Amino acid sequence: MLTTSPAFKQNAARALNDPGLQKALANVKPRFIEKRAKGVATLPEFERFREIGRDLKNHTIAHLDFYLDAYARAVEAQGGHVHWAETAEDARRIVLEICRSVGAKTVTKGKSMISEEIALNEHLEAAGIQPVETDLGEYILQLRKEPPSHIIGPAFHLNREDWIEAFKKSHTKLPADRVFSERRDLMAEAREVLRDRFLAADVGITGANMLIAETGSSVIVTNEGNGDLTQTLPKVHIALASIEKVVPTLEDACVILRMLARSAVGQDFSTYVTFSTGPRRPEDRDGPEQYHVVLLDNGRSNMVGTEFQDMLRCIRCAACMNHCPVYGSVGGHSYGWVYPGPMGSVLTPSLIGVDKAGHLPNASTFCGRCESVCPMKIPLPKMMRHWREREFERHLTPGAARMGLGLWAWFAKRPGVYRLSTRLAMRALGLLGRRRGRFSWLPLAKGWTAGRDMPAPEGETFHARYARLKRQGLV
Amino acid sequence: MEQGADARARILGRIRRGLRRDALPDSIAAGLLDRLKAHPRNLVPERGRTPRERRIETFVAELEKEYGTVARAASEAEIPCLIAEYLAQRNLPAELRVAPDPLLERLPWSDRPMLRVAFGRAEPTDPVSVTPCFAAVAETGTMLMLSGPDHPTTLNILPDTHIVVLRASRIVGGYEDAFDLIRADRGAAGSTPIGTTFMPRNVMMITGPSRSADIEQTLELGAHGPRQLHVILLEDEVP
Repeated sequence: MLTTSPAFKQNAARALNDPGLQKALANVKPRFIEKRAKGVATLPEFERFREIGRDLKNHTIAHLDFYLDAYARAVEAQGGHVHWAETAEDARRIVLEICRSVGAKTVTKGKSMISEEIALNEHLEAAGIQPVETDLGEYILQLRKEPPSHIIGPAFHLNREDWIEAFKKSHTKLPADRVFSERRDLMAEAREVLRDRFLAADVGITGANMLIAETGSSVIVTNEGNGDLTQTLPKVHIALASIEKVVPTLEDACVILRMLARSAVGQDFSTYVTFSTGPRRPEDRDGPEQYHVVLLDNGRSNMVGTEFQDMLRCIRCAACMNHCPVYGSVGGHSYGWVYPGPMGSVLTPSLIGVDKAGHLPNASTFCGRCESVCPMKIPLPKMMRHWREREFERHLTPGAARMGLGLWAWFAKRPGVYRLSTRLAMRALGLLGRRRGRFSWLPLAKGWTAGRDMPAPEGETFHARYARLKRQGLV
Repeated sequence: MEQGADARARILGRIRRGLRRDALPDSIAAGLLDRLKAHPRNLVPERGRTPRERRIETFVAELEKEYGTVARAASEAEIPCLIAEYLAQRNLPAELRVAPDPLLERLPWSDRPMLRVAFGRAEPTDPVSVTPCFAAVAETGTMLMLSGPDHPTTLNILPDTHIVVLRASRIVGGYEDAFDLIRADRGAAGSTPIGTTFMPRNVMMITGPSRSADIEQTLELGAHGPRQLHVILLEDEVP
């Protein structure tokens, strides 16, 4: 997928002024935040599960070479094929080769963020193979030719009118004057249209929420059932998975499954949790004849042993973006690549480079809500700070910001000067703002005052106030 | 696949470099392998440890919360009748594709001549399927469907209506209990690293009918899989 991450600021400004997007974003609180809270309340041991999940993933990553090898051998022992892909390009080539080997014309797809990451659809189309997205959200995005804006609700940014418009434009064989009075009418139409595509597909491609080393199984977690139709009906099933998706055993998978749906949408358990192990057995009456797993690295192995290793614990539940005030204001497209929100701000620079995505870790208020809801207890704010440091070290931070930081550092290292100058500045601002209590304009602060007023200081610095209260014996 | 072997070596090599070590020494690798073979349980929450006498009611309550429906059969002989009644009440076609499972094959289908019954995998035009259920989990009202000649996977997902015949004795407390039942029932010597295999090609854990919240983040039932999920609970065990 092409990135517009370097243009985060422009993207964000546009998003803030997009009434349709802002209407959709109003759903974040009732549909995600409140539902997660209810879902988590159904599992009183949730906090302990977070700790167990963190330790489990840390153990797996510390022995990732062992578990990947064990997983791959278990797949192969049961008749499946494992393909190791170092880069996005390798993964695209492998998938295309498999499709060509069976003369595939159409390919159905379950929702897969890896597929977005490697820009698979464009590659297949260029080779004359038609990919068909079957997850409802991904399907409308394919019709509208736009990328997902959320990792679990890809069409999160769209409203009902957008769906009706896209369906009327694309499903031209149906009567043009048909009425969609309910959401379910839209869903019924997508079901009808996609049924034939499921039955006609030569290859089915899904993602994988987990890989199990013990059994050699890939796991998908869905609500619609499209992933199961995708991987059961065609003669070839390809599962796309990144290397950090492996867990040791089925019991370990249970830890993650108990938190995944609750963290994502507040569901106790997703409707379909499906384990695929190898191709159809000789006595089976259905199922794919070939089972392939593409194990994608694409920069992840380079995160091992760095300050970003903890990010490899991520299970893609989206709780961090659902609780992020920045995501909640600007939506997913502003981030400009596959993974938005806090997890994207940490992961994207790792995968496409800090030169392209260095803006993203700056789009944070460091409120810490992301870390507090992360089922894997990933220290997202800390890692965003690491990226900011790297960005600064590599001289990618804009000149004005560097100068400001340099100036601040000069004062901060000279406490006497710092106290005197801040005391004078606060006194001046306190006097100037005394009447209105706020400023609608300040020199060098247009970025702040363009959108909101700056509250006027009371005229005393924290240091001075603390010293005074101490003298008075009040602290 | 020479190229593939190289890619594998390079990916594992980068991971090892990151971890600042070589391939694990045999003693440590053997310990990890033992853990895979022993598959120890992690924390099983309270709600996954429902006592035997409350499992049936808990399972039913959880499944109904997720929009599944349940009818109870006191004997096998009642099952065709209960299925016919369910379909008639909902005005659904009385045309069944039934899994070629020993229990389902021996049911007295001819007692209800209005039911048209065929056995096998699902065809795209089949409106209703009837399948067995390997085990069910009270924790979240979840049912496990294991693929095999007696239970084709297509029956779980292709028809509009999925009817499941579940024996009450197969309801367990948590997911871990269900996985142990698979190990006990399907375990066989195999050439996997742990030395055994037990997973059928496809294991579906199903909790309610198909659904989506992709349109305006609002839940609607009947996405791509079954629109109705109905369970006939065969009371082969009185709690």
